[in-house]
Amino acid sequence: MKIQPKIESNPFTCKSCGEIYDESLMKREWNVCPRCQYHYPITAYDRIKMITDRKSFSEFNTCLTSVDPLNFPEYKDKVVSDKKKTSLNDAVIAGEASIGGYPVVIGVMDSRFRMGSMGSAVGEIITRAIEESLKTRKPFIFFSASGGARMQEGILSLMQMAKTSGALEKLNYEKILFVSVLTNPTTGGVSASFASLGDINIAEPQALIGFAGRRIIEQTIREELPENFQTSEFLLEHGQLDMVVNRRELKHSLTTILKIHHLNFRECLER
Amino acid sequence: MNFQELKKLENHIVELREMSLKHELDLMEVLKNLEQKANEIKSHLHENMDIWDKIKLSRIQQRPTTLDFIHHIFEDFIELHGDRLYGDDPALVSGIATFEGVPITIIGNQKGKNTKDNIYRRFGMSQPEGYRKALRIMQQANKFNRPIVTFINTPGAFPGREAEERGQSEAIARNLREMASFGVPIICIVIGEGGSGGALALGIGNRIFMLENTFYSVISPEGAAALLWKDATQAKRAAEVLKISAKDLLELGVIDEIIKEPVGGAHIDLPLQSQYIKASLRKALQELGSLDNGMIRQQRFDKFRKIGVYMEEKLD
Repeated sequence: MKIQPKIESNPFTCKSCGEIYDESLMKREWNVCPRCQYHYPITAYDRIKMITDRKSFSEFNTCLTSVDPLNFPEYKDKVVSDKKKTSLNDAVIAGEASIGGYPVVIGVMDSRFRMGSMGSAVGEIITRAIEESLKTRKPFIFFSASGGARMQEGILSLMQMAKTSGALEKLNYEKILFVSVLTNPTTGGVSASFASLGDINIAEPQALIGFAGRRIIEQTIREELPENFQTSEFLLEHGQLDMVVNRRELKHSLTTILKIHHLNFRECLER
Repeated sequence: MNFQELKKLENHIVELREMSLKHELDLMEVLKNLEQKANEIKSHLHENMDIWDKIKLSRIQQRPTTLDFIHHIFEDFIELHGDRLYGDDPALVSGIATFEGVPITIIGNQKGKNTKDNIYRRFGMSQPEGYRKALRIMQQANKFNRPIVTFINTPGAFPGREAEERGQSEAIARNLREMASFGVPIICIVIGEGGSGGALALGIGNRIFMLENTFYSVISPEGAAALLWKDATQAKRAAEVLKISAKDLLELGVIDEIIKEPVGGAHIDLPLQSQYIKASLRKALQELGSLDNGMIRQQRFDKFRKIGVYMEEKLD
């Protein structure tokens, strides 16, 4: 099927299939190429808009932001410029919302802010969101998009992996559902901590997901890696994902999962 | 007359009916008689099937698979993949769904629908990854207090080098132990071949049902014949002595119920077969739902604890 491009103002050329669209069409399609289904990044607030029920989202800790604990060269300036560029406080937002009528705690990363890297502020916001889920017993839904731990905060960033995963252990112990949605890219310290710990792990198609970078691996083992290495499809085949879901189907899939999860079998049998 | 010949006869009757309509011939009486005769032959054949007929029926290509039954019995099915360790085994499917509004976790061996699909599904023979996926999804069911239904249809666990390297035995053994620990109801249904350890790895249930024309055995009849008589062609004889039919297992106290099949087998009428399964499932869920989780675990434990026939004699 060929979709006729209607270019009005800002043309957008798909880097995957070469098709040209108007930018407003891409926005309506949630940044998924209508022709080849390539999934482009999406901002955190667009993600919220797309996944949660209308006007159901209320954001937590809107004032939490990064400092420069190690006096790392240029870090402060980079944070300031990313804030200006994205109008975000840091690389993650979190809050309460509902999906298909089911109340949840939801967090979403934004890869435009320092490549979605996790420093102290990001780790803290995620941990607080998990704790809120623990307190309210609402399922925790998290969308990751991150290059990994934030180098500029050094060991403190590494420890955010432990902090978030520790909080998830409490969620696990209390039997509260955690659905992790891995989007392009989810790598390094984020893939090696909370993002991989979902009761159900979902990924968007063709997302880059992995621990070490492709180049580092190739240099280390001196072998060429398969083309689909570290894609969602590769991970599904290797047992790391429950499902790969097109962005357009995500809300429906999450709603069905939440629906089944909310049913109590004994109550259903009595009916 | 066998089922194949009967099928031919039935086709002839259909042709005759069409012809009588087309040429306005009054064959009503003849047709009625023929149909009655065909039905008599059919029930006679059905009642007189020996275990070898049943084994053949349980293995035929058209036999409904786990996914066929899932789509006819459940709603809202979402398939979940992967063992989070090494791979996703296509020979075993798992997921969550609802059954008449009740949340259920489903696990099942998956055979292919044709040769190509069967190669992909490894003829329903799992690698350790399949059993580990099943375990992961069942543990999740237990965590979220969701009943488990398993569909068993496998020639056995996959016999291969890699399977051994990655711990086929350990994967099966762990399932036997973990399934014994769950507080949620587990209902197991043998829908085709019940092949040894590969079947048992999904078979630790509060209720174990078998469709009428299935078998469940410690070893395949072919394997037994090869071992006992060094002759795999003696499989039919082995099938008889092994006592592996649904009826045998019910008599031995291993299974709880035989679910009947439509005349001619499950594949003749999948919707009807699904109705029969639904009735048994509904009843079992109602019974088990009235027990608390501790009692459910205990009931399952007791069920397996008492299996075995032996005698004790005091020595003088």
